[in-house]
This record gives sequence, structure tokens and C-alpha cells, in this order.
Amino acid sequence: MSTATTAGRDARPPAHGGRYRGGILRWLTTTNHKDIGTMYLTFALLMFFVGGAMILAVRAELFQPGLQLMKPEFFNQLIGVHALVMIFAALMPAATGFANWQLPLMIGAPDMALPRINNWGFWLLPPAALLLTLPFFLALFGIGDGAVATGWTLYAPLSVQGGIGVDFAIFAIHLLGVSSILGSINIIVTLFNLRAPGMTMMKLPLFAWGWLMTAFLLIATIPVLAGAVTMLLTDRHFGTHFFDAAGGGDPILFQHLFWFFGHPEVYILLLPLWGLVPHVVATFSRKPIYGYKAQVVSFIAIGVLSVIVWAHHFFTAGMPVPALLYFMYSTMSISLPLAVLFFCWIATMWRGAITFETPMLFALGFIVLFGVAGLTGLVLADVAADAQYHHSYFVVAHFHYALFAGGIMGVMAGVYYWLPKWTGHMFSEKLGKLHFWLTVVSFNLTFMPQFFLGLAGMPRRIPDYALQFAEFNAISTVGSFILGLSQLIFAYNIWRCVKGGEKAADKVWEGAEGLEWELSSPPPHHSWEIRPNFDNR
Amino acid sequence: METTANRPPGNRKLVARLLLLVAAAFAFGFALVPLYDVLCDATGFNGKTRPGGLGVGGIAAPDARAPSRIDLSRTVTVEFTGTVMPGLPWEMRPLTTSLDLHPGELHQARFLVHNRSPQTIVGQAVPSVSPGQAAQHFEKLDCFCFAQQTLAPGETKELPLTFIVKPEIDERIRTVTLSYAFFNVAAQKPAPQERE
Repeated sequence: MSTATTAGRDARPPAHGGRYRGGILRWLTTTNHKDIGTMYLTFALLMFFVGGAMILAVRAELFQPGLQLMKPEFFNQLIGVHALVMIFAALMPAATGFANWQLPLMIGAPDMALPRINNWGFWLLPPAALLLTLPFFLALFGIGDGAVATGWTLYAPLSVQGGIGVDFAIFAIHLLGVSSILGSINIIVTLFNLRAPGMTMMKLPLFAWGWLMTAFLLIATIPVLAGAVTMLLTDRHFGTHFFDAAGGGDPILFQHLFWFFGHPEVYILLLPLWGLVPHVVATFSRKPIYGYKAQVVSFIAIGVLSVIVWAHHFFTAGMPVPALLYFMYSTMSISLPLAVLFFCWIATMWRGAITFETPMLFALGFIVLFGVAGLTGLVLADVAADAQYHHSYFVVAHFHYALFAGGIMGVMAGVYYWLPKWTGHMFSEKLGKLHFWLTVVSFNLTFMPQFFLGLAGMPRRIPDYALQFAEFNAISTVGSFILGLSQLIFAYNIWRCVKGGEKAADKVWEGAEGLEWELSSPPPHHSWEIRPNFDNR
Repeated sequence: METTANRPPGNRKLVARLLLLVAAAFAFGFALVPLYDVLCDATGFNGKTRPGGLGVGGIAAPDARAPSRIDLSRTVTVEFTGTVMPGLPWEMRPLTTSLDLHPGELHQARFLVHNRSPQTIVGQAVPSVSPGQAAQHFEKLDCFCFAQQTLAPGETKELPLTFIVKPEIDERIRTVTLSYAFFNVAAQKPAPQERE
């Protein structure tokens, strides 16, 4: 497929160096999966810092009780946009960047199946990010009252009554959704049609399997979110009453629609990383992946279960008891396939010759801390207990263990694992280890106290709080600033590695397995033009 | 495109199928709206009583009109409350705050509304019954919420409500709360702008 974009041009040298359009045009028009992957990852890193800066402002406000730095309205805008930016503009693009860079290399394909759509999928993201954040700046000039202030869940009736920030968020979500759907279609077509000869579905790398489930979940659920925010838009401007009780609508309906998307979204974010972690763990344990089939089946089971458990996010909204019980038990049943995954990760390490390079450290941190997220999730799934924890800081701590430790740290494991392959240089192991230890310690310093805050009854999404919560909030804020600042080491380490450094071998890590390690580091601009044969593996 | 020959044969078909899946998921999102209403009608989910009054809140059975017997063996407390939503410069309070009654008895309660603005305003009340299971057995025979209410500037009005708590109500339910939210009908169309 890569020839689709090059056939019309002059012959080019086989590896690097072909003829590009100059400057920004190259990046605007590229259809090369490696270029697009790089753009996705760069964009994700940038937005990671944007979202991080927002939440550091929030944590600074929460350092002490009382209102010191900002008005509550602005506080509300920061928390909602922080979440939307981190989920849609940092974590999801990072995973898509991995997919773009790695899937063709790992399955022996010359490029993604739909390169032009791939380009479009990426370039929808920057305008979407702009739409999300623009209302902040418009407000400075007296236009509107700032960004969306409803929290990322956009619950009606608050979002029906909100200012122009809500409209901006709705259109941003539409753009992000289209981008995700295009990316998903591209990945599914690539994995179905472009596998190397002899690579059956059950020989696909686990990373590809994780992404395949994510892609299907995105296609099944993003359109529901698109429908929900469209209803919100027509409620706001065109006189419909989907969520407006005055006209016979129901605000609770919005919660159903939102979480029908919102719960699978958690697995959308995490499945690619559950696919990635076994590769890292196996590499540094110098053992094959344990329980490949069991992990694939678990991915599928989690994918299916994830779309039938949504109402556990609003147990307290009022539901008949049979519905409560159904959603409780179905939610808890997700822990079974997840437990299988944990077991396989540990069994892969069992009696392995383990070394602790940076990617392995992040993978281990991921396993331990994501385990905390899983166990606290079980507590929240309990209807009786949830009545106490609902909408408290316990929930905040829980989903940050899932999405920072399970999401961002998984991404970091992947970046350190593949960065030498992408750039051809080794990163600084010393800085990598420093980054890991600072991250893991400050992460726990930030979020562990929030469990206690939640247990003590501190509600989430408040800019001011009662005095008895002061100490834990102060600790959490100190932790969050160390956490935020230590990510600069990460960015610097990547920058250094891109610029130069010790040459990386083709097979960067001693125990690494897979097609991507048979290519040079960095791989040529067009790779696997001659398809590898997978028959005998 | 000059490279069509190079294209793996199944791509176009697979993309078409996946796009169909996207369209189906989008349609499913909208299909959830009527599905949700059906579910609410059947279960009394969220305390929705059926608007229109003739049918009973919950399942509209044709024989539901005749609450034949009065269950003297127990009493149920019915509490009344009301809220005026933002954008409606009215005041509202129940004149009857609570009633102890036997299931099956016909009762009346009254609410007081007052328009404190210098304009004539049309409002609409939306009821909600809590707990949700009680909504099916809370029958409003006559209610001011069946129609829009118009109040002249400064006007105060008493609004009546006639209802029966049916004897089929679950014996474990001792207290039922009926809540009204009053909305400004005119403000519904250009909703958000004029908040400030």
C-alpha cells in the first residue's frame, strides 16, 4: 500500500531520504505510518503537559482550604477540560501513535491499510484540542464565560444550562470521535487484511489483539456518545427535550447514554496497554509470553462485558433493586478475565532471568499499581459500599490508579521499550530510572492520600473543603507537583534520544521477540516491502 | 488511482461493513431514548408518573381507573414538596405538607404559587414520585400539572391536586414523596443565553 503514495513520484533510494515536500507541508500531507505515528505521539506528549498544567493549578488551589487562587467557576472548567484533554488528546492519541508505528512493523505490513484516512485521522486532533481550550482564551476577551464547566461527564441539566464552553466541547467531542473511528477502521482493516503471509489471527502479537478489541469497542460506543452530545446540542439550541424535564425529557437518560460509552472507554484506553505489557514483561524475563490464548480470550471477554455494566457509575441516581444487583454482579465479573491477565503477567516472569531496565520498571509499576485500581474498583462496584464512596475522592484516587498507573505508566513502558527502535539511539538509562522512581513515588504520594480523603467523606469537584481534610490535601498537592515536574525528565530524555546517543542494535533488547526487531533501528522509511513469511513460526 | 491493482481485495468491503457498524451504533444511541421511556413506564424507574392522568403512573391498565377497596389496615404518609426551576420568577409551596392516609382513599392537596415578576408568565409543573416503585401506584385523578398554568403579574393562585395511593402499593413503603418542579414554558426555547 505504501506505493500508493509514492508511485507517482521519482524513484527514491530504498531506505531514508526520499523526496519530501518541505517544512510543515511534509507533515500535513504525509501518509507514512511512521510519520503519522510520530505526530500522534508528539501531540500526545504535548497535550499531556497541557492537561497536567491544568490539574497542577487545581492542586495548587486545593493545597489549603479556602479560595486562594481562582474562582470556583474557573476551577470547574479546569477539572473538566483536564479530563477531556488527558483522555482524548493524550492517552488515546498515544495509543494510536503506538498502533501506527508498531502494528505494521509487528505484523509485517508495508504500511497501514488506509494511509490517507490515517493522515486525516491525525489532523482532526489539533482543531479538536483547540476547540476544547479556546473558550479559556475567548473568556479573556470577554467572549463567553470560559470553557466547559460541567466536568468531563457533561451531565444534564447542568450541561443544558451551561455557557458556550459546552458547545465548544460538544464539537470537540464530535471531531475527536470521528478521528477515533477513522483510526479504528484503519487498524481493523490493517489487522484483517495486511498480516504477513502465514500469520494467522492466533499468531498476532498480543499488542495487536489488544488494539483490535479497542478498535471494535470504539466503533460500538463512540457513535453513542456522538448521539448523546448531539441530543445535548439540540436540547440547548433547537428546542428538543431529550434531557429537559420541563418538556418530558429525563436528565438521567443522559447518564445512561454517557456511560454506555464511558465505561467501555476505560477499556478502550487500557486494552492496547494490556497488549503491550506482556511483550515488555516477556522481553526482560527472557521467557515467552505465558498463556497467549488465555490473554486473547480475556481481551474478548472484557470487551464484551464492558458494554453491559455502565450503570454502576450512577448507582445512587435511583434504580430498582434488581437493576442494582445486575449491574453489581456483571461489574464484578469483569475482575475474572482481568485476574487471568494478572496471572499471566506474573507467570511470564516466574523463574525468568529478570533484569530491570527502564521499560521493565514501568511495566512492573504498572502491574502493581493497576492492581490497586482493580481492587478498589471492586469496592466501588459493591452497591452497598458505593453509596458511601460515590462522588468522593475515593473515586478520584481509584480512576487515577487505573488511568495514570494503568494508562500513562503503561504508555511510558511502551515509549521506553520502542524508543530505541524508532530513533536508532539508546535513551539515558540513568535518567529513565530516575524518572521511574520519581514518578512512582510521587504518584503514590499524590493519590494514596485521596483514598483516605474519600473515605473521610471529601466530595470530588469542589474548590474548597472542610478543615479536617487539610493535611491529606497538602500532601497530595506536594506529590502532584513532584509528579508533574518529573515528567520534564521524560520529555528531556526523549529529546536527547531523538537527537543522538549510543547506537541501538536492531534487536534492542536481548530477550525481545517479534518481527519489529528484525528491522534496522531506526527502520527504513518504507519497511516490509518484501513481506516476511510467517508460515514456520 | 494508479495503484488499485496493489490494493488488497477485501479493504473496500471491510471498510463499508465497519462504517455500517458505526451507523448502527449511532442509531442505537437514539433508539435508547424510546427504549428508556418504555423501561421507565414498566418499572417506575426514576419516579416517572405517566403524564395525562387517565392512565396510572406506570403501566396503563384499562381497569386501573377503579380503585375499589380501601386498605384500612395500614397508613401511608404522603409528603409534598415543590421547586421552582431557574428562569421562572415564581414562588411555590405546598399548602398541604403531608397527609397520613389509607391506601385507596381519595385525597386532595393544594399548592400555592405566586408570580413575583411584572410579567404574565406561563409555567408547567413536572411531577416526580419517590421512591420509584411507588410511582406506579400513585394515581393523580386531577392535577394542575396536566396543563400549563398562566399567572398574571403579582397573581397568587391555589393549585389543587386529587389523587389516590392505590392499595396495591408495596407494604414496605410507608412514606411517599411527591415533588413538583415548575418550569418556565417560554424560556424553554432560547434556553441558555439569558442566564446572566
